[in-house]
Amino acid sequence: MISAEAVSDHSRPGRICQGQIIILIAIVLALGKFILPESLIRPPNWLVWPFADWINWLFDFIKDDLGFIFVTRAFAAGIEWLLDVTANLLYGRNRWPRLGPLPWTFIAITAAMIGYWLNGWKLALLSGGTFVWIAVMGQWKWAMETLSVIVVAAPIAVLAGLLCGIAAWRHRWVERALNPILNIAQSLPHFAYMIPVVVFIGVGPKSGAIVTIIFAAPPMIRMTLLGLKKVSSEIAESGMMSGANRWQLLWQVRVPSARTEILVGINQVIMQCLAMVVLASFIGMPGLGQKLLQLLQALKIGRSVEIGVSIVLIAIMLDQCSKAWVVKEPKHFEKGVPWHERHRLKLLWAGLSCLAFLAAEFLPLADQIKRTQALTVYKQIDTVVERFIILADPVTQWLRGFLIRNVLIPMRDVYLWLPFTAVLAFVAGIGWVIGSLRSALICLAFVGMIAMTGWWDRAVITTYMVSFAVLVVIAIGLPLGIWASRARARARLVLLICDTAQTFPSFIYLIPVVMLFGVNDVAAIGAVIVFGLVPMTRYTIEGLRSVPPEIDEAADMCGAAFRQKLWKVRFPLALPTIAVGLNQTVLFSLFMVIIAAFIGTQDLGQEMQRALSSTDVGKGLVLGLCVAFIGLLVDHLILTWSARRKVALGIS
Amino acid sequence: MRKITQLAAVGAVAAAPVSVSAMDSSDPITLATHNWSSQIVMTHLVAQLFEMNGNNVELVSTDSQAVYESIRLGDVTAELEVWEGAFGVAFNEAMEKGGLHDAGDHNAVTREDWWYPMWTKESCPGLPSWEALNDCASLFATPETGDKGRFLGGPVDWLKHDVERVEGLGMDFVVVNAGSAAALWAEVASAEPTKRPVVIFNWTPNFVEAVWPGEFVEFPEYFEGCKDDASLGPNPNATYDCGNPADGYLKKAAWDGMPEKWPSAYKILTTISFTNPQIAEMAKLVDVDEMEPEDAAAHWLEQNEDTWRPWIEGSS
Repeated sequence: MISAEAVSDHSRPGRICQGQIIILIAIVLALGKFILPESLIRPPNWLVWPFADWINWLFDFIKDDLGFIFVTRAFAAGIEWLLDVTANLLYGRNRWPRLGPLPWTFIAITAAMIGYWLNGWKLALLSGGTFVWIAVMGQWKWAMETLSVIVVAAPIAVLAGLLCGIAAWRHRWVERALNPILNIAQSLPHFAYMIPVVVFIGVGPKSGAIVTIIFAAPPMIRMTLLGLKKVSSEIAESGMMSGANRWQLLWQVRVPSARTEILVGINQVIMQCLAMVVLASFIGMPGLGQKLLQLLQALKIGRSVEIGVSIVLIAIMLDQCSKAWVVKEPKHFEKGVPWHERHRLKLLWAGLSCLAFLAAEFLPLADQIKRTQALTVYKQIDTVVERFIILADPVTQWLRGFLIRNVLIPMRDVYLWLPFTAVLAFVAGIGWVIGSLRSALICLAFVGMIAMTGWWDRAVITTYMVSFAVLVVIAIGLPLGIWASRARARARLVLLICDTAQTFPSFIYLIPVVMLFGVNDVAAIGAVIVFGLVPMTRYTIEGLRSVPPEIDEAADMCGAAFRQKLWKVRFPLALPTIAVGLNQTVLFSLFMVIIAAFIGTQDLGQEMQRALSSTDVGKGLVLGLCVAFIGLLVDHLILTWSARRKVALGIS
Repeated sequence: MRKITQLAAVGAVAAAPVSVSAMDSSDPITLATHNWSSQIVMTHLVAQLFEMNGNNVELVSTDSQAVYESIRLGDVTAELEVWEGAFGVAFNEAMEKGGLHDAGDHNAVTREDWWYPMWTKESCPGLPSWEALNDCASLFATPETGDKGRFLGGPVDWLKHDVERVEGLGMDFVVVNAGSAAALWAEVASAEPTKRPVVIFNWTPNFVEAVWPGEFVEFPEYFEGCKDDASLGPNPNATYDCGNPADGYLKKAAWDGMPEKWPSAYKILTTISFTNPQIAEMAKLVDVDEMEPEDAAAHWLEQNEDTWRPWIEGSS
């Protein structure tokens, strides 16, 4: 450890010097643009390789020549069968077992009981109340369409993730192979997943389910691996001493010991599922997401707010329930407790369910609420929103005009003006200054790949939107985090808000911005800012609050004033954590920019939507990789920097 | 005791046949919905007709270009609105690959092109000629477009080639794509109070004509080869230097397996034919009267029994 540090310290001046020289070259290239040959300004034709055609060729080969399409179709048929069952039970789709739809009262009671079992009255109220709201607002069928897919996709994603995670834990080579795949998979935008699925599976709920499974599995793999690695050898050894064989050792000793991590993984899977199911409306997934998409596109704000509330309630409910499950300890009864005592809750549930079924028999309203009978407040919401918009209109119009004319367009033009060689050199230089020659090469490779795809200008526009949004996020999120971290209660409140907001599917964030700014670039950037603000604020608070109290006291004893303490002591110590927040902000922003494409941006996202339209797998994946490379580049730089800072500060 | 008896009969129900029109398969017929109202309502409406005929129907919402690939593979059974201007190319390409076919025309004649509400003419009197429009390009400028005019086009998936046309004809316009049809109407609605001049993408039949009178911009007339042969047309170096066809078709498309699998439903599909005013009415029910598409379809069926009754009766 000491020697490593010594070595890195030794090489530091040289590294910075070389890096600075390269950055200088970048500046010279940019300033000397007018004498540069065209081939140094934009990627020349020989550098742009037809990756998209190759990918398309590969996909066609796999699909048609190898007959892989039959495999995927067979797999899809299996999923479809499961979906048909849940669809029949939840919303009465005309498929086997043709029992449904279950009365809404039954589902609400079941949800409330699960909530009560997991964490008492409050959670019971939340989960039961969510379903009551959905039923009363006449959104039952849509919500059930959404849930019927989650119910199928989440367990499959959990199982797949668990198995992959175990395989990676057992075999070092699997872990090595999976790691880069997971890195890319987790930074690919949602749309990039959808195009291959449309080609191989088709459209509709089954594709929605499959794209959701693929999207949600990576975090589960990560968490399983992490959990299994953490299981101490003593536990495994005690298992061995009890005579467990390898199978028993894995499933009865190691996996249960990794319970917490695995359950956190399940929580992440469920939240990812919800986010993806909503977005999968782009490939024909029915349900709340599709309704929201249609209503937002039709600019019907009041009704999109109603749907948005339902999605948010479902998100909070799923999140709280799965989190409660993480901390819930298995309950053990004393010997001799009678059967009905041990199964009190189950009996209560069975009784209430019978009541619900009976009520549904005699009272149609307790069975299904039709939309004509449902409550609605969209007219009131519309009136309020309209008044608010009239009030806010001068401000938003001015802001929109000002931002576009004086900030966004000039900024975009500068970004587009830069020669690509200058960007390459600059990024390599930054990599060298922050990390090492290796970092410089990695950064160079990421940006170089983007140049070689031929989507340079589009990628630059995406970068400009993200970087503007991230700047605004820092300007708002940092002070907000600092302010919130000053008092314990305040910090807890803001963290709670952040945690809740983080569970919302990204789609939700489009509602308020479309309402305020209409459909244009400013709205898209606004959505990105709101979405990116969450991790920034959160990690700032966590970073500042996790400064060791001894250091705090030491600073107090030295007589540091509040400001001195903040800027000289606490902030530098918190900076590595804040950097992780910044990293997440960038990733979130990239995802959001791409999603915002449907409100009319002109970047990679728009092209990706076009690729989705023409089911052009190659183009879609290439565009997705461009986004992933931007994300991975930032990720690499920030993590390298933060790791070094942590070592330097001795808080690793 | 409906629920309880059902519960008791799990096994029996699983094997029980469902009542479907004698010849047709009991598998669901899949119809696709897209992102404009008349199509959504018409699809719901036809779905309800099929249901009356005893078929199982399912709706999926898909992208309006990608749908032809899905029909070819049999994932989607039929498409009810194939607009010549917007989807003719994708439709023909898919037909060449095989797997879907033309299931007859609607009575309606379609036109899709640049369009402006009447008040725009007050500030730009030379309209509807495109040269006159180009001369007043600065009237349509917005902060986003600088001193060029802004043309609000349809969603990108309609592939209207407006950008190519602007280049081909050397116009001072920037094409901005709206996210949806509704965003187009919102633009007109927001321009109305101040009579701000706007030019957007529009089509007929549509409800818009009834709400805001307006005209299509007259571009150089469409001719065969305009889209693929650069040497033809006013600009010898560019394709798309023409307007869209002024009397385009509106077709239905069906999967090749449909006539065999659902013969009676297929017969209905081929007989169905809507007129311009009927299609405009469907769009209006959703866009102006704010009905849900399902309800709008049911409402239309209630009001127009004379029209659709013969279509179903001919099928059995």
